[in-house]
Amino acid sequence: MTTITLPETSASEGMKNQPLTPGQLMWRRFRKHKAALFALGGMIVLLLYIWLGGLVFSRGICVPTGEFLTAEAYANCNDTAQKLQPPSREHPFGTDTIGRDILARTIYGGQISLTIGIFAVIVEVIVGVLVGAVAGYFGGWVDDVLMRVTEAMLIIPSLFLLIVLSKAIGGSVPEIQFLGRAFSGSVVVIILVIGFTSWMYLARIVRANVLSLKEMDYISASRALGVSDARIIFKHLLPNTIAPIIVSSTLGVANAITSEAYVSFLGLGVQTPTASWGNMLDSAVKYLQTAPWLWLFPGLMIMLTVLCINFIGDGLRDALDPRSTRNI
Amino acid sequence: MVNYIIRRILQSIPQLFLISLVLFLLMQAFGDPIASLGVRTPPKPADRERLRRQLGLDQPVYVQYVVWLAGNDWMKIDMDGDGVPETPGKRLGVLRGDFGNSLINKRPVSELVTERLPNTLLLMGVVEIVIIVFSLAFGVYSAVRQYSLFDNLFTGFSFIGYAMPIPLLALLLMYLFSINFKEWGLPYLPTVGMFDPQVGRTPGQIALHMILPVVSLSIISIAGYSRYVRSSMLEVLGLDYIRTARAKGLQKHIVVIRHALRNATLPFVTLIGLDIPFLLAGAVLTETIFAWPGTGRLFVTSISQSDFPVLMGILMMTGLAVVFFQLVTDIAYSFLDPRIRIA
Repeated sequence: MTTITLPETSASEGMKNQPLTPGQLMWRRFRKHKAALFALGGMIVLLLYIWLGGLVFSRGICVPTGEFLTAEAYANCNDTAQKLQPPSREHPFGTDTIGRDILARTIYGGQISLTIGIFAVIVEVIVGVLVGAVAGYFGGWVDDVLMRVTEAMLIIPSLFLLIVLSKAIGGSVPEIQFLGRAFSGSVVVIILVIGFTSWMYLARIVRANVLSLKEMDYISASRALGVSDARIIFKHLLPNTIAPIIVSSTLGVANAITSEAYVSFLGLGVQTPTASWGNMLDSAVKYLQTAPWLWLFPGLMIMLTVLCINFIGDGLRDALDPRSTRNI
Repeated sequence: MVNYIIRRILQSIPQLFLISLVLFLLMQAFGDPIASLGVRTPPKPADRERLRRQLGLDQPVYVQYVVWLAGNDWMKIDMDGDGVPETPGKRLGVLRGDFGNSLINKRPVSELVTERLPNTLLLMGVVEIVIIVFSLAFGVYSAVRQYSLFDNLFTGFSFIGYAMPIPLLALLLMYLFSINFKEWGLPYLPTVGMFDPQVGRTPGQIALHMILPVVSLSIISIAGYSRYVRSSMLEVLGLDYIRTARAKGLQKHIVVIRHALRNATLPFVTLIGLDIPFLLAGAVLTETIFAWPGTGRLFVTSISQSDFPVLMGILMMTGLAVVFFQLVTDIAYSFLDPRIRIA
């Protein structure tokens, strides 16, 4: 008779076999998407550039006033004697039509553009998730009314809505102080405007998810236990639809940055002297031939950011929803 | 089918009303259109008052909306400002096809729009054809030669193209093909306008002036759609019936085009139909940059002049077009794919 000896497992090996947390699983799948990983690195570099770049690149003597300026004040210093200078040692990206340093403005414009992107998505998610969840959960006439309104919003292409809304409420918000910086009221306007014109697709996604989830047994059980509607929606339904919400809000940041660029390009978005990547492109068409650095650098910044965010969103889709094999 | 069409039309009517009301109210916040006439603003307050009465801007908002919608030929309006309505109104209202007159140059909105519309339709039609042809060609080729040099290169380019903001793309194209080519002594493309005024409005001139706007409008869509065609082609190429067709001895290109492409491009039809609003929006930027005399540029100039009858006209016509194309897409899709039933 032979005895079978089981291979002994040491304590440390036992630790290794512990189940991975959802976060670790997600990171494992995200890592497989090489482009997304690369884009994440790129995004971190971009964030460092616009967050800390100001300390390095945005300092110097503002000639007209003779003061030594740093940070945003330097980016807004206009030295008309230095206008439309091509890239040089002193101004690596050149200067704009009234002699402001474009490198410094891409940094502070980037802060504004990204702030707009993130806050507009927060507005978008709040509205989209609420509308989608309420419509899907309550069904009936509530669903009908909310979905017809959502469809009505989709009838007019969102850029038209954006333009009309920015013209209508532009200039009505005063300058505000936030995080130790003065934000032009137009920034707040554009955040609200982009947020309120982009929630429709998210609302539809959330509604579709809630519709299928609410038929599941655990929801019936919660109802039977007398759990309130709000608690069911926020505690039981929404956490289960978090994956598509995260993916579409990531991609939403890229869309919001592009939307801001388009509206500001048409002169209806962020108002100068506050820089944004969009309004830096604004007057560039007139200097197409004479000063290509005016539009090239802010344009490239928008492109790189959108590119990185798109890849990250793509990677997140793979990571959060292993069933999806779409490789668009 | 007929029921479905009728139901969709009935659904979209209140939606169009809702959106028109919201837009109309928003445009009240645009500021005084009389003040934005610039040098043509009448200097005397009394004249401004009279102009306001003539344009119906003295009325409360809800009256203005009703007049815009249903006209005012069934009521009398007060033209001389004595509080007694005496002049019969002449407007028919949007419901009877009268979009009102421009506040700026007093011309009927329908006339202003129909003057510009052919230019936009021409641009969009060509863009749509370019998008379909190139995204099918690139997508199919990438799928058939998966992971080849072309596929990998094109994948890279398509991600970059998809991330391009329209202004950057347009400016880059202009800079390269007009300005640099001119400097290098190569044949160069014109940057702005629809034709060279010295040559006149010939088809050749229009085609030449269309190249850059068409390319800058279509690249982003081609980048997105060719990825879509590629992935749905890959999916279909892996199916059993394709292997069967190949096993029967059919040539590869026949299988790819006749068998695979047909099924792979079905969802593509929906995308193209739903693309119309994005193209219309893109046209706003492209027409502004390339000074193309279309409705998008009319929209931008009217925004700066607060000319709300023109804006409302363009927006409502756009809305109608979007509703129409959505319906056509749904119907076309159900004809093309017998598995889909609409009810």
